[in-house]
Amino acid sequence: MKKVLNRVEDVVDEALEGFQAAFPTYLRRVEGTHVLTRTRPKRTGLVGLVSGGGSGHEPAHGGYVGYGMLDAAVAGEVFTSPTPDQVLAGIRAADRGAGVLLIIKNYTGDVMNFEMAQELAQSDGIRVEAVVVDDDVAVDGSLYTTGRRGIAGTVFVHKAAGAAAEQGASLDEVRDAARAAIAHVRSMGFALAPCTVPAAGEPTFTLGTTEMELGIGIHGEPGTERRPVATADDLANMILGRLSEDLALTPGSRLAAMVNGMGATPLLELAVLARRTGQWAREAGHQMDVMWLGEFMTSLEMAGASLTLMRLDDRLAALIGAPADTPALRQGVVHD
Amino acid sequence: MTSEQFRRIWFRFGELVTEHRDELNRLDAAIGDADHGTNLARGLAKVAADLGADGSPTHLAASCRQVGMALLSTVGGASGALWGSALLRAAGALPEAETCDTATAVAAARQAVDAIQSRGHAELGDKTMVDVWRPALALLEASVAEGMSGRKAAVAVAERAVTLADETAPLVARRGRASYLGARSAGHVDPGSVSTALFWRAVADIVATS
Repeated sequence: MKKVLNRVEDVVDEALEGFQAAFPTYLRRVEGTHVLTRTRPKRTGLVGLVSGGGSGHEPAHGGYVGYGMLDAAVAGEVFTSPTPDQVLAGIRAADRGAGVLLIIKNYTGDVMNFEMAQELAQSDGIRVEAVVVDDDVAVDGSLYTTGRRGIAGTVFVHKAAGAAAEQGASLDEVRDAARAAIAHVRSMGFALAPCTVPAAGEPTFTLGTTEMELGIGIHGEPGTERRPVATADDLANMILGRLSEDLALTPGSRLAAMVNGMGATPLLELAVLARRTGQWAREAGHQMDVMWLGEFMTSLEMAGASLTLMRLDDRLAALIGAPADTPALRQGVVHD
Repeated sequence: MTSEQFRRIWFRFGELVTEHRDELNRLDAAIGDADHGTNLARGLAKVAADLGADGSPTHLAASCRQVGMALLSTVGGASGALWGSALLRAAGALPEAETCDTATAVAAARQAVDAIQSRGHAELGDKTMVDVWRPALALLEASVAEGMSGRKAAVAVAERAVTLADETAPLVARRGRASYLGARSAGHVDPGSVSTALFWRAVADIVATS
């Protein structure tokens, strides 16, 4: 294993220090915790937003701490949910007196640990609501299983709920905005090469030189299916087709899209996917309001990408388009 | 069960998980994310440090609560929440005393298993640690009800737990991260079931030698 590290067991701790060192005007670490919170908290009376999860998804989640998105991000060990006491510290840091919304990705560990933190915070007298993002169409959703995973579409949910909170919406309204975002967002990813969890030291799976994994999550886990490598256009067509079908898109839909690199895919190649995503939307008669291109929710050094589509109505379009000023996402004019 | 036995069970479980850490990580790599052994070993190191610290509680209930809090705050993932919930609930069934009878220890184990199921919503056959916990508990309760000594029952449960863990291999996962693989999860043993079998081996090792 070749990685830029000091000691494997220090990687998360040192990365959090690094985020603070690089972005001191945006975020600071809550002492003695794995929580990054805003350097300049939003004003009292606004709803706080907390998200987080295992480390290894950078810039998620600390990169989205700032105006218009998150108030606190809680980091676990690599690909491991943070513990309830850490999430509780995040809730306390984010609380500005109007309650806190937890944005959880649908992984068993994340859901359990965030729910336990929610129970602890509520017994402390903080009002806490939670939403669970499950945008991954590669996984069958069923009442009898864990259900679909939360992947890159989560960042759109941060964006929509964060904008609503910044506009002064109540906790219930911010939660409903997040739910609306979740209901309209779908994603799916693929991998050309696996990643190596530092503590494990070996890749989480192996792929032949002409193979890819389709339907991967964001934790280096194998996908739902293994196939021969396809061209960028074929991959985009297949994934966009799945997303479109799942969203039941009709011609003329208004969309936001995200082309997300998994960590080791050059922007050059991601841009080829973005090209086809734009073409596909035009051919299908959709209106593409906005497309995000880059690395938003990664899986260490996995090679591959995910595509996300969100069907917009006027309200969601305004929330996605609203200003944000965070280390990883800056757009619009910020009135703070 | 004495509180000394209780503490030694956790030291022994920590040794066993550290010994099998790479194997647990490998099992997890096949259907999850390759960190089950690492996470559990980290949590059990904290448990051992806490239990061995000066001024550490000597009563069973307080020790059990201490173990639960340590696991909850250091393991992370689903395992941390499940083991933490189990120990915190079991603590409520244990006395503020240095010893308890076998029936009380068994009742605490039942509370632990109930907590795991209510936190994780897993049923038998979902390819999770419940596939070991639930039948192991049933065997423990039946053995003790038949008049078997706690010592013999623990050994029987530990042996059965290994088989139960192996029997998760053909199952298709319906809960936890392996469930995302659908049918591809079949053919692999559930790592959480294997570590649960190690726990029962730790119980048997300590109870049988004291």
